[in-house]
Amino acid sequence: MNEITPINATKDGETSIRNFNINFGPQHPAAHGVLRLVLELDGEVVERVDPHIGLLHRGTEKLIEQKTYLQALPYFDRLDYVAPMNQEHAYCLAIEKMLDIGVPHRASVIRVLYSEIGRILSHLLNVTTQAMDVGALTPPLWGFEEREKLMIFYERACGARLHAAYFRPGGVHQDLPKALLDDIWQWTEEFPQIVDDLETLLTENRIFKQRNVDIGVVTLDECERLGFSGVMVRGSGGAWDLRRNQPYENYSDYDFQIPVGKNGDCYDRYLIRMLEMRESTKIMRQCLEKLDTSTGDPVMSLDGKVAPPKRGEMKGSMEALIHHFKLYTEGFKVPEGETYACVEAPKGEFGVYMVSDGSNKPYKLKIRAPGFPHLAAMDFMCRGHMLADVSAILGSLDIVFGEIDR
Amino acid sequence: MNHAIDTDALDDHGDAIASALEDAVLRYEIVGGELTLHVPHDRIVQVMRHLRDQGTCQYKSLIDITAVDYPGRERRFDVVYHMLSMRQNQRIRIKTALREGEIALSIMEVFHCAEWYEREVFDMYGILFSGHPDMRRILTDYGFRGYPLRKDFPVTGYVELRYDEEVKRVVYEPVKLVQEMRSFDFMSPWEGAEYILPGDEKADEKEGAS
Repeated sequence: MNEITPINATKDGETSIRNFNINFGPQHPAAHGVLRLVLELDGEVVERVDPHIGLLHRGTEKLIEQKTYLQALPYFDRLDYVAPMNQEHAYCLAIEKMLDIGVPHRASVIRVLYSEIGRILSHLLNVTTQAMDVGALTPPLWGFEEREKLMIFYERACGARLHAAYFRPGGVHQDLPKALLDDIWQWTEEFPQIVDDLETLLTENRIFKQRNVDIGVVTLDECERLGFSGVMVRGSGGAWDLRRNQPYENYSDYDFQIPVGKNGDCYDRYLIRMLEMRESTKIMRQCLEKLDTSTGDPVMSLDGKVAPPKRGEMKGSMEALIHHFKLYTEGFKVPEGETYACVEAPKGEFGVYMVSDGSNKPYKLKIRAPGFPHLAAMDFMCRGHMLADVSAILGSLDIVFGEIDR
Repeated sequence: MNHAIDTDALDDHGDAIASALEDAVLRYEIVGGELTLHVPHDRIVQVMRHLRDQGTCQYKSLIDITAVDYPGRERRFDVVYHMLSMRQNQRIRIKTALREGEIALSIMEVFHCAEWYEREVFDMYGILFSGHPDMRRILTDYGFRGYPLRKDFPVTGYVELRYDEEVKRVVYEPVKLVQEMRSFDFMSPWEGAEYILPGDEKADEKEGAS
């Protein structure tokens, strides 16, 4: 009778160990889009992670070089499509810095208001889908209901739920109606309760904690070394927020806290996102108060060379008509030079490096997406973790492929 | 950026770096409150290490690496590094110029997170980095040819792909445009745009001959 030998046993009785290579994605529900991870596993322990990205590459930077400054703006909505206006913000700041123009106060306040709405949109999506990645089904259902309301606020401001094109160089496209401001106020009163409800589902949830506490730990030193920003740094105890440290727009006028974590694990990052949503709601309420006292003020720069004239003005003024024609054919020219402008996007530092040759199109535009270095660190963060932790870590990195692949 | 930038302090800072590194910094400039160092490409690692470790710099976060293509220049590419010091709350930009075909030095030994950025620069501009362990393409398709962000690469690209019902897979074909690629310059005819009508170029030739 033949002795049955195990397939991976050698003659001298030792078991030869073979690592498994598996593909995670690109069609995996926990891959947050089109990520393909090539995982090398020793049993269930991850030995090496090789993320293959670029499946959503659309050549945004190349396309922007072919468009005038204003035509290039909508591409920014399509980067991190979860918080579109935050990206537009960085681009507008870069142009405004190059042109050296200011933004009317009311426009600044509206920008802050919508940036914070964007932050809540993004955090709601991230926190709830992260919960889904580790097995909870209810949070996405509750969170997406609020996202829906916020996207309706987007729609009522600019006509589009996602691809807003609302922030323009020199201000915002149009003023907000009173009824919308009242509805947002109403929403800010109800939202903290929703966050409380979400917290009852997750914060002390045994399974959620088992899956997230002490998973994907990064120390502050490692954060700096890996080029992290945003929640990833704050989760590890770094008090770093561009809204506070390098204030742009009029963020220095608002009263808000920067939550900072201690342990640098997935659970701390979750807690920070929850707290940031509450802080954002506070900022939104301050914005609404400011907007209430500045009704009727301009929301767009009055410089006719950059901002288009009002429709009514065009009917009577030849100059306005010429300005309108010139702006929508030739566009405005940006003086020669280069700049780097960045904002604290929900996912971290979103930056735009722009080189102008003095014409009406950007000579070169580089988009610095916060998710890019975060995903690059997957290999570092996942090594030695179990296969099941990969999706928890990926969830806590807050990855959106629109911005990584560009 | 709205936050107040002290240009004098920035100038002192730039001066301190330039004098500490001597000939590794060609020059520095401050435009719009942003400090830029120009560095010869073979000294980049030394400069990076200094900027990371020196007490008044502490640029420990590498924010971004990219390149800019100027086809008309002798040194065609600028490789641009952005760095941030969270401790000093300070940003810096480092630029190195490279000829086409010249190999840049990888800064991975100083900043490990440069890995993906350098891969991206290679993918988009074809600049190779020596000392990089894994110089693969990153964003473009498997088997892609050409360097898309170079100015001489057409926006349409060279190949397009579609699903072929007969061979039951995706096939690559040369790009077929149903109409010519339109590129408008929108420049004002009063401001130096030269519109030469077909036939007009002969007039100049005649003038030259006579």
